[in-house]
Amino acid sequence: MTVETLLLVIVGLPFAGAILILMSGDRPNQRETVTIVTAVALFAAVVSLVDRVGAGGTASVTVVETLPGLPIAFSVEPLGMMFALVASFLWIVTSFYAIGYMRANEEGHQTRFYACFAVAIGATMAVAFAGNLLTMFIAYEILTLSTYPLVTHHGDAKSVRAGRTYLGILLSTSIMLLLTGIIVTWILAGTLDFRPGGILTGKAPDWIVIVLLGLYMYGTGKAALMPIHRWLPAAMVAPTPVSALLHAVAVVKTGVFVVLKVIVYVFGIDLLNSSGAGEWLMWIATITLVTASVIALTKNNLKARLAYSTVSQLAYVVLAGALATQWSILGGSMHIAMHAFGKITLFFCAGAIYTALHKTEISDMRGIGRLMPFTLIAFLIGALSVAGLPPGGGTWSKWYIALAAAETKHLIVVAALMLSTLLNIAYFMPIVANAWFVPRAAKSVGAMAAPVEAGGLKEAPLFCLIPLCLTAAGCVALFIFAGEVQDFLAPMIDGLSTKAR
Amino acid sequence: MTDLIIGLYNYWIVIILMMVGFYIVMSRQNLVKSLIGLNIFQTSVFILYITLGKVTGGTAPILEKGIKLYSNPLPHVLILTAIVVGVSTTALGLALVVRIKEAYGTIEENEINRMDNES
Amino acid sequence: MLAHLPVLQVILPLIAAPVCILLRRATLVWLFATVVCVLTFAISVVLLVQVMGGEPIRYELGNWVAPWGIVYVVDSVSALILVIVSGIAAVAMPFALRSAASEIEPDRLYLFYTMYLLCLAGLLGIAITGDAFNLFVFLEISSLSSYTLISLGRNRKALHAAFQYLVMGTIGATLYLIGIGLLYALTGTLNMADLAVRLAPLLDSRITLAAFGFIVVGLGLKLAMFPLHLWLPNAYTHSPSVVSVFLAGTATKVSLYALLRILYDVFGVRFDFEQQPMSALFAIVAVAGLVICSLVAMYQQNVKRILAFSSVAQIGYMLLGVAFATAAGLQASLLHIFNHALLKSGLFLAVGCLVLRTGSSQLANLSGIAREMPWTMAAFVVCGLSLIGVPATAGFISKWYLVSAAIEKGWWPFAALIVATSLLAVIYIWRVIEVAYFRPASDRPAGSPPATEAPLSMLVPTWIIAAANIWFGLDASAPAAITARAAKALMGAGG
Repeated sequence: MTVETLLLVIVGLPFAGAILILMSGDRPNQRETVTIVTAVALFAAVVSLVDRVGAGGTASVTVVETLPGLPIAFSVEPLGMMFALVASFLWIVTSFYAIGYMRANEEGHQTRFYACFAVAIGATMAVAFAGNLLTMFIAYEILTLSTYPLVTHHGDAKSVRAGRTYLGILLSTSIMLLLTGIIVTWILAGTLDFRPGGILTGKAPDWIVIVLLGLYMYGTGKAALMPIHRWLPAAMVAPTPVSALLHAVAVVKTGVFVVLKVIVYVFGIDLLNSSGAGEWLMWIATITLVTASVIALTKNNLKARLAYSTVSQLAYVVLAGALATQWSILGGSMHIAMHAFGKITLFFCAGAIYTALHKTEISDMRGIGRLMPFTLIAFLIGALSVAGLPPGGGTWSKWYIALAAAETKHLIVVAALMLSTLLNIAYFMPIVANAWFVPRAAKSVGAMAAPVEAGGLKEAPLFCLIPLCLTAAGCVALFIFAGEVQDFLAPMIDGLSTKAR
Repeated sequence: MTDLIIGLYNYWIVIILMMVGFYIVMSRQNLVKSLIGLNIFQTSVFILYITLGKVTGGTAPILEKGIKLYSNPLPHVLILTAIVVGVSTTALGLALVVRIKEAYGTIEENEINRMDNES
Repeated sequence: MLAHLPVLQVILPLIAAPVCILLRRATLVWLFATVVCVLTFAISVVLLVQVMGGEPIRYELGNWVAPWGIVYVVDSVSALILVIVSGIAAVAMPFALRSAASEIEPDRLYLFYTMYLLCLAGLLGIAITGDAFNLFVFLEISSLSSYTLISLGRNRKALHAAFQYLVMGTIGATLYLIGIGLLYALTGTLNMADLAVRLAPLLDSRITLAAFGFIVVGLGLKLAMFPLHLWLPNAYTHSPSVVSVFLAGTATKVSLYALLRILYDVFGVRFDFEQQPMSALFAIVAVAGLVICSLVAMYQQNVKRILAFSSVAQIGYMLLGVAFATAAGLQASLLHIFNHALLKSGLFLAVGCLVLRTGSSQLANLSGIAREMPWTMAAFVVCGLSLIGVPATAGFISKWYLVSAAIEKGWWPFAALIVATSLLAVIYIWRVIEVAYFRPASDRPAGSPPATEAPLSMLVPTWIIAAANIWFGLDASAPAAITARAAKALMGAGG
């Protein structure tokens, strides 16, 4: 198989999987086997692609010429490969987790759930390997639409309302701003291809570059820059596996991935720096990351707190893009992977706690450490990684971003980063501490009392437990092997600037 | 001035007929009356075409010795088509009015509108 | 044979129509009409291929030489319209078998097919003729038959809607007739190409101006240009489902085509847009129609009515493209004519399936219908997304070209308006989707029959159109090439 074919296989595989899942409708075992097999095959394909192309290689393939000079095309570059690797690996893990979760909680419409899930992953792959802005935009919208049934999974009034917010914000920003931005780019540059160093250099006056950056940044609603972040907490009504994979990995990471990709390959960091367009974006991102952390502190619902934490962490990546130095882009790119592993662990834990104990509020989670020790240890590791402390992978990415901020002499930004880390600790650590060290309130023991008194564990099913241990281990592994990630991204970082290092 | 009024009298008739017809269509509630208005409106156009083709002193366009001046036959032929269209429109309109009378029991537009809004 | 295709295109359905009356038996008539529609579609495709491969075809009827005899002109513009009209007609036919049988009294079915073919002949005639008066005749053939088609609806409101349409339509056609009469008085010819030549030195005449006004208003009525659209919502809502499909996909677009033909080929670009303020006029009515009718569509309780108001709004996009007065804008308009025909007929096809099974197109009757009719609603969603202009659907391509044209022209606020109004489309389409997917079936009015999935004979055409929406969203190179050439031809002809 040539690399080009492999690329098409990667994008097509999840869609084919979705069709097979639909066909195996009311046979749960077959349906879930198809999911797992597709997920494993996809990961294998991505790995083999990475293996063949290597970190520095490129390959591209045109599927169909949609409009004259504007094809739907896929190509390979390091950032996309890393994103695809992370997303496809986590899909396997999430599939196992979803099987455990969905069965334990006896959710309905499971066929639709798995099918939409597969389509969403397919769209994520298409975003990761998109060869131009048009392809990326199409995949971006497919992702929005395929996740809508997942967000409204329960079908009650609350989910429908959340679905409206979700779709309303994501569709309107993308159609109004992102599409406009893409068309303007097309008219200015005459191409929509991603090229190292950007395609807009010398094509437009500075003020247009600034406006255009605004169109892209706010058009990418999935990056949840304030004040268009509200869809993210709203989407938390979805079943936890959805929140885990989609709203910790696929959807939000697609958002920041688009942000980075646009900054690196459409604008180019030189243009961003020379036009001063990055300046306002940097402040917005800084404000977002602090404000979202503060809001997270006030949330008592665990998933809501995680959602605002995600908003805050996404702003890190946007900030990294806005700083537009080689260090910051490296940090931002790494943060996509680091945060993905950390946050998915946290969501898995939230889901496991819900499955085992039916608790969603943080205040109810006192003393559960003895019931669910593995889950809580994983939670601790995930929280450390997200906060950017060893032994979590997030340490490195945040380090590089802070380094870039210091290098460009934005001391307020550095201070904001420090503050945010403190806030991260403030909203995660009490959960863990209370779970371990505070005895459970007598009132909440209730029906769950019997196994506790017997000194037994009350962990979630193994299908839930193993994935979350795996991802927690992943956080640690990323801390240890961060150098590998850095080397992998090096070709992209080298091509960033035409100026000498 | 007289030229404007007398010389172009055919156009004045056309315009007056057209306005009369248009007014009837717009103002009458009775469906049959609107159709009559529509007919007057169309007729004014027929007359416009017919007078366009008439050449003063000209005769019917039949090749005959000694006749040099013909009226233009084309507008007359065209308007024959338009008349046919007009007749069919009227026929269809009246057929609809009959059906409306059967269905609603009235052919007054305001009453029909009231019944439409109620259901 | 090949040389006579242009005339066969119109003659075939025209002759077939009375044959339907002779055949009489409903199924037999249906079979016959289907064959005719498919043949017509085949002819139009061949014509399109011929035209795209070479020069425009000029066919002189009965070998009478051009300015005196009637000439049929098939160029890239008319060939495109021919394909759209005959394509929609052919796709709707298999659908008609069950849909029409359930909505029209059995002893009138053969008359329905007669009128359908007649209407088809009229619309094709408008698209193909190169003679201004001949255009009027075809306009009236299609109009008269469509009044009849609309009046066949089950509800008595259909009769009233048909009558209103008849009055408005006749006024429109008569105004057009006046315009043509004045042009004839001025130039002594009715052939469009000849008119353009002879009118060129007379463009400053007040009679030209009057004729221009009459024609624009007359055709504006027929194409439901805001605020001359009042006949349309009722007509689309109460007509039988097949008729809604056919008319929504074709009728207003053919009238718009007629207007474009006259504007560009007879009066010429310079007259329209430099001497006359047509840019401003079209821009104003387009924007007003877009915004107001989209807003009105949001508050309707009947799905067909939502779609009808949406149609008026969408005509705004087509007019906006024309208002730009550039080749890019015109191309965007033509593309939207094509894409909108696809997506709106797809939506009406899906609604037709819903009407067959639930007996109503009221929103309240469609609560939770997606569980019983998943395929129908999925097709509705696909075409609805296309209407919104989501990428990978045909509607996206039109938005792309429209916004590009607006930006190239430098009309920034209009670019913003185009994308903003697609969000209004999100709202009214999503109202239907939320009701169909999330409301419990128990919300339906008491006594509603239990629904099942629509029969294959209706699902297949619906999905052919839905699939075409996706296909032409992914690979729009063919329509883009055709419309680019068509726009160039129109802009060049009058210049």
